[in-house]
Amino acid sequence: MLLDSVCLSQRPKLRFNSKIAEILASPRQSVPMESFSQNPSLWQPNRQASQQTDLLVRSILGLFSFVSVATTAGIVLTLFFETVDFFRVIPIWRFFSETRWTPLFASAQFGIIVLISATVLTTSIAIAVALPLGLLSAICLSEYASPKVRQILKPALEVLAGVPTVVYGYFALLFVTPLLQKIIPGLQGFNALSAGMVLGIAITPLIASLSEDAIYAVPRSLRDGSYALGATKRETIVSVVLPAALSGIVASVILAVSRAIGETMIVAIAAGQNATLGLNPLVSTMTMTAYIVQVSLGDTPAGSIAYQTLFAVGTTLFVMTLGLNVFSFWFVRRFREKYD
Amino acid sequence: MQSPTAVLSARSVSVYYGSSLAVRQVSLDIPRGEIVAFIGPSGCGKSTILRCFNRMNDLVASARVEGQITYNDRDLYGPKVDAVAIRSRIGMVFQRPNPFPKSIYENIAFGARINGYRGNMDELVEGSLRRAALWDEVKDKLRDSGLALSGGQQQRLCIARAVAIQPEVILMDEPCSALDPISTLRIEELIKELSGDYTIVIVTHNMQQASRVSDRTAFFNAEATDAGSKVGYLVEYDRTERIFHEPAQEATRDYVTGRFG
Amino acid sequence: MLFNPQLERRYLWDNLFASATWIATGLAILVLLVLLADVLLDGSPRLSWQFITSLPSRKPELAGIAAALGGSIWLLVLTALIAFPIGVGAGLYLEEFSIESWWSRLIEINISNLAGVPSIIYGLLGLQVFARWMQPLTGGRSVLTGALTLALLVLPVIIVSTREALRTVPDGLRQAGFALGATRWQVVSAHVLPLALPGIMTGTILALSRAIGETAALITIGALTFVPFIPNNPTSPFTALPIQIYNWVSRPQQGFHVNAAAGIIILMVVLMMMNATAILLRNRFQKTLT
Ligand SMILES: Nc1ncnc2c1ncn2[C@@H]1O[C@H](COP(=O)(O)OP(=O)(O)OP(=O)(O)O)[C@@H](O)[C@H]1O
Ligand SMILES: [Mg+2]
Repeated sequence: MLLDSVCLSQRPKLRFNSKIAEILASPRQSVPMESFSQNPSLWQPNRQASQQTDLLVRSILGLFSFVSVATTAGIVLTLFFETVDFFRVIPIWRFFSETRWTPLFASAQFGIIVLISATVLTTSIAIAVALPLGLLSAICLSEYASPKVRQILKPALEVLAGVPTVVYGYFALLFVTPLLQKIIPGLQGFNALSAGMVLGIAITPLIASLSEDAIYAVPRSLRDGSYALGATKRETIVSVVLPAALSGIVASVILAVSRAIGETMIVAIAAGQNATLGLNPLVSTMTMTAYIVQVSLGDTPAGSIAYQTLFAVGTTLFVMTLGLNVFSFWFVRRFREKYD
Repeated sequence: MQSPTAVLSARSVSVYYGSSLAVRQVSLDIPRGEIVAFIGPSGCGKSTILRCFNRMNDLVASARVEGQITYNDRDLYGPKVDAVAIRSRIGMVFQRPNPFPKSIYENIAFGARINGYRGNMDELVEGSLRRAALWDEVKDKLRDSGLALSGGQQQRLCIARAVAIQPEVILMDEPCSALDPISTLRIEELIKELSGDYTIVIVTHNMQQASRVSDRTAFFNAEATDAGSKVGYLVEYDRTERIFHEPAQEATRDYVTGRFG
Repeated sequence: MLFNPQLERRYLWDNLFASATWIATGLAILVLLVLLADVLLDGSPRLSWQFITSLPSRKPELAGIAAALGGSIWLLVLTALIAFPIGVGAGLYLEEFSIESWWSRLIEINISNLAGVPSIIYGLLGLQVFARWMQPLTGGRSVLTGALTLALLVLPVIIVSTREALRTVPDGLRQAGFALGATRWQVVSAHVLPLALPGIMTGTILALSRAIGETAALITIGALTFVPFIPNNPTSPFTALPIQIYNWVSRPQQGFHVNAAAGIIILMVVLMMMNATAILLRNRFQKTLT
């Protein structure tokens, strides 16, 4: 007992010394430890040099942290300048009022609404799949699954989130579409329906995990209050927990919408490249992202109008997704219930 | 010694959390229409026993209740008894006000609706808010969020919410501990007013509160076990005047006179 | 009776609701299993040493994954070399050095917004800046351009996980260092960074596994879909696993679809190995901290 306490009181000191040694030694020469206390002349740390190193490191790291800001600036500026060039040639009203998207044809038209309608279509189908699946899984994981089962289900959903989208595209085109064609006779080989459905599966984990966080954050006291009134578990979840988590759930859905709008490979592979205005899910259609892929695959010379359409479409896409992201952050802040 | 008028009665009730015993061998009767106060040092199991009375402990996976509790002479933990049905007859008010993030109106209507209330909802809401002495303060903002009220108002809203489903018993776990003195007084008045129609069990750390509002008082204490953990038990249960003026136990006297150490 | 609780009916709904949540979760996982099974069934017959070592070909039976695999490895290494120091450096700066809190906040907001930008937009950035403007340096649509683009794409993930790892290092360690008159960099490089490194590595590997599966950004910068060779320097044109898969999927011949499935199996194996490494590192990390 006594021995123990002696050892304990000495140990920190030992560690202390070796730490001094390490810190002093690491940037410069190493000094034998024993000579520390005996030879005062050794106590001349080169403060100036180490402070200069510190300053240098600080500046370099600061520069690195600047890269992320520069990325944003780069995105905004490249999109902006090419889009401005595009609108110099094609007046902006044509972009928003024309009803055909045929930039590579002789009689070129630039109605972005065509691509937007396809994006809206696939995104709506995706959300129609992902919202019930994601929200119900979130409820299952947070309210019904035992900790053990949860430990299996949650990583499985994470795997779903980690599957590369090109793989989902393969699955949509070569598994889901043939399957659906057996049920829906008129379904084309490329169609918005199976692309949208698989896209929905791809964003389900996003809704599930963000909604689960929101549900998890609902304090226990609220559930207790509901149970104490004679509510069943479902009544407590539906009438108390979900409304209390609403801001987080809505935010997760908005982020999922944003993700679905920007998703590229699933729609490029399975929804086709047929730019026609309309919301028929059974036929081939071309989303904004699929258009960018189509043009990128060809060898498009910089400065050509086709090259500039990439950026005009990209800007539209960027503005839409950024708007949704900002809106979702604002929404959470504005409507988050504060519990103490 | 089961009194004929007991609504709730506990016989040798012990509660475990996992393998550790939290409260042991509690036996007491809650007479109909009376206010019973539970007092005692922190951690002696007052809340634990209280939560046995409306089976809130069912929601804690590790909790296990031994012994017998009867509610109107029926075994509360019997095989055919449904916890949800019990909770709509035995309401509860918590230490911290926990209004739902809904409108004031909906806070009250929720319990009534799920329990299949068939009368006029507006009247029920108004009546319950009046019962809880809150009507005058909120009658013009029934659509506002319950969270927008002050702490004292929130707690009265929670009481109104409990009253709205017309339970037989209301359990209150330190309902005033998060409130200022004036709100506390208002709630105390409210409790006395409700006492004719409801049986009320109230946990409190406030000695004066117990002596002011209650008809009977149960004093709980905790003692250390060999394993080093604490286990609570019922020391003395009697009419409130006796507990405060001529208690049978030394420990009770020390506690109520503040000489507890 | 004023109240009519109708418990039977409510419990029926409760059971239906609980079943619905289980079915939804089960469905999501079922789709995952079906997807994996489908790919395995389609692709495994094609898997062979010949497939792994062959270059692309116009004939599906002769075509292989070598060029794409080589390209992906090039991308992986270059992306790691670029993104790791910058991401970790930025994370270090924000967590350990930054005095100006507005700058940290700006970068935080910026990073959370960047995380929501579609990868194809990064592709447009890469196309304009790395493939066009910096063509003399990068060689245009080269593996270096691809790596630079992917590095920007995964940078936010690395920065965030670096910061999280640094936050797990107890503050006492830093205080002790400062108390001895050490500069920040001395304290950080000698004590904080080594402790946080496994966590940082885990985050970086997960970020890189996102880069390996990324397709859209690479297509946008103009990675070629038919590249019959493995890149031999950073400015060489390239293809990569997901691009090769996309190329094969979008051809009409059945034979190429089989190749795509086989390519997916290889891609998934690579991803699984990376994730396994990350999990191993994480477990080791947790052990040393406790
Ligand atoms: N959910 C739980 N899980 C495990 N142990 C618990 C739980 N709730 C209470 N306990 C334990 O049971 C014992 C009694 O707790 P209880 O809350 O009933 O005391 P109390 O008398 O109400 O105290 P206070 O006056 O502080 O509210 C304590 O030792 C506590 O740690
Ligand atoms: Mg308590």
